[in-house]
Amino acid sequence: MNASFSSSSSSKGMMDHGDQPHVLAVDDNLIDRKIVEKLLKNSACKVTTAENGLRALEYLGLGDDQNNTSNVSGLKVNLIITDYCMPGMTGYELLKKIKESSVMKEVPVVIMSSENIPTRINKCLEEGAKMFMLKPIKQSDVKELRCQLMKYGS
Amino acid sequence: MEVVQLQTRFVEYTASLFREGYLDAQFTQLQQLQDESNPDFVVEVVSLFFEDSERLLNDLTRALNQQSVDFKKVDANVHQLKGSSSSIGAQRIKNACITFRNFCDEQNIEASLRCLQQVKQEYSLVKNKLDTLFRLEQQIVAAGGSIPVME
Repeated sequence: MNASFSSSSSSKGMMDHGDQPHVLAVDDNLIDRKIVEKLLKNSACKVTTAENGLRALEYLGLGDDQNNTSNVSGLKVNLIITDYCMPGMTGYELLKKIKESSVMKEVPVVIMSSENIPTRINKCLEEGAKMFMLKPIKQSDVKELRCQLMKYGS
Repeated sequence: MEVVQLQTRFVEYTASLFREGYLDAQFTQLQQLQDESNPDFVVEVVSLFFEDSERLLNDLTRALNQQSVDFKKVDANVHQLKGSSSSIGAQRIKNACITFRNFCDEQNIEASLRCLQQVKQEYSLVKNKLDTLFRLEQQIVAAGGSIPVME
């Protein structure tokens, strides 16, 4: 089966994610959340947004109530894309929490940042981030992301 | 006014905004995201940007006029504004924010106040320009035309 990404928004060739991968997008900036949501929807993704790391963890079922190990959202998350600079918990800290979780650690995490700082990028990649994307995010970035996702499967 | 005249005016006005640096390629990205499923996407995002920016500018004004200025807070707000202006392609606001952050690093109150003025000016200018642009769009649609797609 040809796994290359076609330029239409058809979902042919999506192997492990059913019709549309479900992406959790985390960003404290309202405008950025709205834009990243549309970018992902235009690339045939289902999108849930969260405004900070804590909310994201709660959604993933990794919140404070550790006894609740079931995924409260009900909908499996195939990808997490998060801003780096957020008040409270940074994207890096969120990444670490996800990678520490036996349930969620296989879910690819992408970090976004408006600042191109090599040490920051390396730190995230070393901690297991799938990709680092420089803001402002463009359609070509999201298309590239979809290609990468399909190359490595889920 | 005829549809063709309105459309021409729209194209020329948009081109001027890019030429004069008010908008950059990221704004075009926004326009390209708009589709039948979300035909008012650009106006919605830009409206959110206006609301959010006004809130940030008010917070910045308050923060810089405190007896003891909390530069971490000021910087955090400018960072937010820089981020959202960059995301919608409001280039001149973004650039003014970059300068502003440099003075925050130096904890320079005088210069920061001047930067804030500059950012407010740029905000005001681009808001007027975009309001004009959206009005033109409405006029085109009202006259039965379609909005030209910019390359």
